Amino acid sequence: MRQSVRRRRRPALRALGTVCVVGLMAAACSSSSSSSASVPSAGANETAGVTATSILLGTTTPQTGPAAPGYSEIAPATKAYFDYVNAKGGVYGRKITYKIDNDMYDPSQTATLTRQLVLQDRIFADVGPLGTPTFLAVKDFLNTERVPAIFVESGCNCWSDPKLPYTFGWQPPYTDEGKILGKYVATKFSGEKVGYLYQDDEFGLDGVKGLDAEIPGSSVVGRQTYTATPQALAAGLGSQISALKQAGAQVVVLYTIPAATALALLAAAQIGYSPQWVVSSVGSDPPTLTGLLASFSQGKAGAALLDGLITNAYLPLLTDTANPWVAGFKKILAQYDPGAPWDGNTEYGLALGYTFVQALQAAGKNLTRSGLVKALEEHGSSFQGPGLVPTTYSATVHYGFQGSEVVQEESGGQVLNVVNPPEVTTLTGPITPFAQATSPQPPAGFGS
Amino acid sequence: MPEAVSSAERTARRPRAPVTRPAWLRLPEQPMARHLVLGVLASAALFAVSMAVGSYNDYQLAQIGINAVAIAGLSVLVGTNGQISLGQGAFVMVGAYGAGLVLVHTKLPVALALVVAVAASGAFGVVIGVPASRLRGPYLAGMTLALAIGLPAVTIKYRGVFNGEEGLSINPLVPPGGVDPQRWLSWVVLASVVALLVLVANVLRSRFGRAFRAVRDDEVAAALVGISVARTQVLAFAVSSACAGLAGGLLGLATGIVNPGGFSIVLSISLLAGMVVGGTGSIVGAWWGAALLVYVPQWSSTIANHLGLQSGQSSNVALLFYGAVLVVVMLVAPSGIQGGLQRALAALSRRPAAASGSGRGAGVVAARQPVGATQVSSGLPEDELPGGSG
Repeated sequence: MRQSVRRRRRPALRALGTVCVVGLMAAACSSSSSSSASVPSAGANETAGVTATSILLGTTTPQTGPAAPGYSEIAPATKAYFDYVNAKGGVYGRKITYKIDNDMYDPSQTATLTRQLVLQDRIFADVGPLGTPTFLAVKDFLNTERVPAIFVESGCNCWSDPKLPYTFGWQPPYTDEGKILGKYVATKFSGEKVGYLYQDDEFGLDGVKGLDAEIPGSSVVGRQTYTATPQALAAGLGSQISALKQAGAQVVVLYTIPAATALALLAAAQIGYSPQWVVSSVGSDPPTLTGLLASFSQGKAGAALLDGLITNAYLPLLTDTANPWVAGFKKILAQYDPGAPWDGNTEYGLALGYTFVQALQAAGKNLTRSGLVKALEEHGSSFQGPGLVPTTYSATVHYGFQGSEVVQEESGGQVLNVVNPPEVTTLTGPITPFAQATSPQPPAGFGS
Repeated sequence: MPEAVSSAERTARRPRAPVTRPAWLRLPEQPMARHLVLGVLASAALFAVSMAVGSYNDYQLAQIGINAVAIAGLSVLVGTNGQISLGQGAFVMVGAYGAGLVLVHTKLPVALALVVAVAASGAFGVVIGVPASRLRGPYLAGMTLALAIGLPAVTIKYRGVFNGEEGLSINPLVPPGGVDPQRWLSWVVLASVVALLVLVANVLRSRFGRAFRAVRDDEVAAALVGISVARTQVLAFAVSSACAGLAGGLLGLATGIVNPGGFSIVLSISLLAGMVVGGTGSIVGAWWGAALLVYVPQWSSTIANHLGLQSGQSSNVALLFYGAVLVVVMLVAPSGIQGGLQRALAALSRRPAAASGSGRGAGVVAARQPVGATQVSSGLPEDELPGGSG
């Protein structure tokens, strides 16, 4: 410091020089491919990321951070399915490369990484970006750039939007799930007092919208919420569960992420409260819950708390090993993502990859971005896949599955019993049974 | 305070020495005019960079600008005024929601929304600054930390206004015909950031800036010479949070969304890390820190991806690498990159051969000077971009 007092500075030149160096640094980092300056024209970008022998895809998911447990398994499972397809010769001779970026469930990270994927890596499509707030950050960018966002991993009621022609959902909208669970509760537990516990964001609110459409308001005796922040979850859900017990709720419906489901079950067990639990498919995966219950209770409680829990499912049951889809997916997972557990997350990732490859096949040999969108809109409702209900894609509907069956977990989640056959619905339409003569079968030799 | 002795000296103006450079190379000595010229030169340099790079690099340039203004604001508070804050992210959030609400509910132009962002966050800074001026050291750090953690919950509580977790969707900027959207974004960001930083540089050269430093160095001494310590501290908070507000408004434009997930404590901590690594108290250092915040995570994940690990592992390796870079920078340059550069250049220019005025970090400009016309003691007033060289 002495020295800088003695010496006169020339801040002007120093500042300017620094700006120049920063600039050079930025310039040095520019990639050669993106040095052209023009606005991308639709034609030029239609085949971005596609060559005669390869397709480059990308996604953003939490691989670290609070949202990572469980969710971090999904994209690697999707990649495992793509690797399986590649080993079988790819799609029209093209091998799929799948770049998984870690956005830590932070929307500003998603915004940056998605731009990197599109503008620098030149991906063909964003396949399976995870999360509602995260994807909302990039929906406009992707649609402006005309990059297909195929199968956003969220049940937000917001993906079927005429303003977002390149965006498609995959799992059932939360409101659809809520309606089907609500109808089951209203018929099966008619006259009993019902309480809700839901996440205080659009996931919980959309779900409750569906529940309220089917469960008469007079039988709902309590509505409790929590926020999905680490601090709120660390405080536990004891007060909410006590309030539901006080209100005399005999049936408690949870619209919760797995960690909150486990906390609710533990809080109830502590005060000797055992209502009939009804849990959305988002927060009911038995392997995930078993692990969480053991870890939260330091091993004092476990899977036994899951007995009798009612949930919904739109994919084959994990325990149904006789199902050829389940058998095939398990084999693929073991070979291409060894070490990953077979649970609801990996099944989700594998099945999502399966539907995407179907869309690629439907798009034909001359693969373009608009061709992929068109193929999904025209053929997406006739895909024969692992789902228990059909995918419903059309020019106006960009949701995938719009229905579920209702399932009861027994023997600590080791046994899953179907208590209500698959039904389909829409956000505002009626609930109708879905019956098909024969369920779709995978191709011969699937998984090996 | 590492610079306790020197800072009073620094703030004192010195008699002018003869300037031997040609007139066209000379910058005006009046601070406002000089900052303006510097701002124009910096804008021209950034414009040239933006024209030279591709779409994605333009977006990164915008991110650097956004980080730089937030860090510069923090630097004013911590480096110049000596108030420690772990809550800069909260002020960024206020700016983001301020601009976001304007853009969502009105048809006002973007420029006005950014003014609202700066004003809203600046006003919030005053509100927070008043109680903060009663707190010192760890208590102030604790208060700002609590602010950064607690404020995002407000958006859940008042869902009707802030739309909860989903947040506010901001329509992307519409570039004038033919300009790449990312490039236009970077122009808007850099122009507004440079403009605000010119203003901040002016404030720091004014009696307010001298008061900031006087309070930082010795509150009692400052009070004895007639400076209102509390008022000065509140003002520093306001300047700091106004910078954060602009960063927030621009962040919303860049990412297309304003929601609580983007303003976790991680944001505040990384801005603090960027400030320390870049050089506490220096506006130029803020740009270094900002560039590191943007590029190091990217390099980390590129390197981690090349290791051929599974995606979960490589993500963790990337974080590890990021942390390692920060540690190494702090070991090599304890006073931040800017301080380290200054020291290195000073050491260079002490050697007789190099002593002939190759200015600090200004090789580009110095090279254009006629041989023999270079003279170290330019007589420019003391640094208005506060030090970081201590």
